[in-house]
Amino acid sequence: MTITTEVEKPPARPGTGRAPRPRPGRIRRIGLPYLLLLPALILELLVHLVPMVIGIVMSFKELTQFYIRDWGTAPWSGLDNYRVSVDFDAPVGEALLHSFLVTVGFTLLSVGLCWLIGTAAAIFMQDTFRGRGLLRALFLVPYALPVYAAVITWVFMFQHDNGLVNHVLHDQLHLTDKPSFWLIGDNSFYALLTVSVWKGWPFAFLIVMAGLQNIPGELYEAAALDGAGMWQQIRRITLPSLGAVNQVLVLVLFLWTFNDFNTPFVLFGRAAPEAADLISVHIYQASFVTWNFGTGSAMSVLLLLFLLAVTGVYLAVTSRGRRASHAR
Amino acid sequence: MAPPRSFLWSRRVFLTLLTGFVLLPVYVMVSSSLKPLADVTGEFRWLPSGLTIRPYIDIWSTVPLARYFVNSLVVAGAATVCSVVIAVFSAYAVSRYDFRGKRAFTVTVLSTQMFPGILFLLPLFLLYVNIGNATGIALFGSRGGLILTYLTFSLPFSIWMLIGYFDSVPRDLDEAALVDGCGPLGALFRIVVPAAIPGIVAVAVYAFMTAWGEVLFASVMTNDTTRTLAVGLQGYSTLNDVYWNQIMAASLVVSVPVVAGFLLLQRYLVAGLTAGAVK
Repeated sequence: MTITTEVEKPPARPGTGRAPRPRPGRIRRIGLPYLLLLPALILELLVHLVPMVIGIVMSFKELTQFYIRDWGTAPWSGLDNYRVSVDFDAPVGEALLHSFLVTVGFTLLSVGLCWLIGTAAAIFMQDTFRGRGLLRALFLVPYALPVYAAVITWVFMFQHDNGLVNHVLHDQLHLTDKPSFWLIGDNSFYALLTVSVWKGWPFAFLIVMAGLQNIPGELYEAAALDGAGMWQQIRRITLPSLGAVNQVLVLVLFLWTFNDFNTPFVLFGRAAPEAADLISVHIYQASFVTWNFGTGSAMSVLLLLFLLAVTGVYLAVTSRGRRASHAR
Repeated sequence: MAPPRSFLWSRRVFLTLLTGFVLLPVYVMVSSSLKPLADVTGEFRWLPSGLTIRPYIDIWSTVPLARYFVNSLVVAGAATVCSVVIAVFSAYAVSRYDFRGKRAFTVTVLSTQMFPGILFLLPLFLLYVNIGNATGIALFGSRGGLILTYLTFSLPFSIWMLIGYFDSVPRDLDEAALVDGCGPLGALFRIVVPAAIPGIVAVAVYAFMTAWGEVLFASVMTNDTTRTLAVGLQGYSTLNDVYWNQIMAASLVVSVPVVAGFLLLQRYLVAGLTAGAVK
């Protein structure tokens, strides 16, 4: 896999290399580790890797509903599915590009907001104050609620005629001339973003909170002795110390948000409005509504290549940063 | 040192706004579930015109909610148990042994995290159908197929987290147990697992929530008898009416077990994340 090479590459530089780790005892039982890994391996193969290979094969076939019963007999179409997917002047490719750009914009905004809110909340709640335990529990509720239950509540709130959002914005605050539509049209992007941030920020909060516990208290004491105020301590100690945590957090948030299917699917149903047409739902629609599985598979493979590239670049950049900070 | 006033004020404002944002849907869910139908079909009202528990009675007959509930419970419960056991074995192997392909294993498992579910939905569907035709094992449409699928969703994250957690359990402890005559599995179950309980609980909570909340595969891979809550809740909207008060009541009922469990165990989740994911 591409990632393997990215990760294994770091050469042992003189001076920065760590001493080789002593081998643990009982190395004689050489078969044991493999035996222990076997169940996980079989499952990963069966549910992730084999289907992925099938998916890649499907992407080279002309797979429509006529062949779905016996998909092996579908005729080969070479690169046709890919050609259709990336022909940005034709409707299919144009829609895919649009969906991709919407997804990138949406993901960056959502991850940024989740990170910002989660970090701020974690830092504000680092010290003890009255009601902190209760607040922390409340803040985790969006994360704990099942997606469909939470998102369906938002659907109700975004209703045109009987929803809370229009009631507040139009009837009570008179901010809009007439009640807006939130689940169709351009506003749907903001509706989706709101729900995604509402659902996603507690995870950032959890991880940052966990990361904060690893910062040694002496650092703050030393800074306080040197006369650093609270805000300075946050800027000089807290935020820099979160570096490694943030790297993991941002990558995980990015992948989860980018691949999220549940939120848009419950919010909009099988076909999302154009302004909020995330790539997962787009591919679902291309495959299961339009019944063109070959093209859908090709789109999936392209999406996977993109995610691999992003992760590879991200890992390369962040591991270089980590090595540099080790060398310092 | 007492925090400066600017800090206290920003904290107060920020946390108040955030609490409002977080609780708004919860308030809507709870209050709407206690409203008569007329209240939820007309203009939104902050307070119900009359309190009623009728929706909580009707939800069970409008759709077979109890059956969906049992399905979800069986599927999520089984997926959780299997996923935790398998993750414990794998994480132990990676944490305690050096072997060829270790790096490849962890990287492969981790990278499956980034596969979008949509990528293998159709292939997996075809695979399950083929396996069913060839062996007679019904995976498609059965709870078994869903369990198998779900347990692999939480597996990468669980293994990843447990490796970190097991690494934090001093190696001397289980090596001493090995010297004292325990087998490797004895050392795992007597020493490492008990010491890593918070991490294991965290992983279990995560696995359960993942399975309980999944929508995509549940909507494609279930039939009338195996349908889970994720799909079943759609049954409250008919062509003519949307029973919003019942939807909210049902949403609340299906949320209470997970949220309660999560809040009870969140201490472990934070502890588990500290040791596992964040290093």
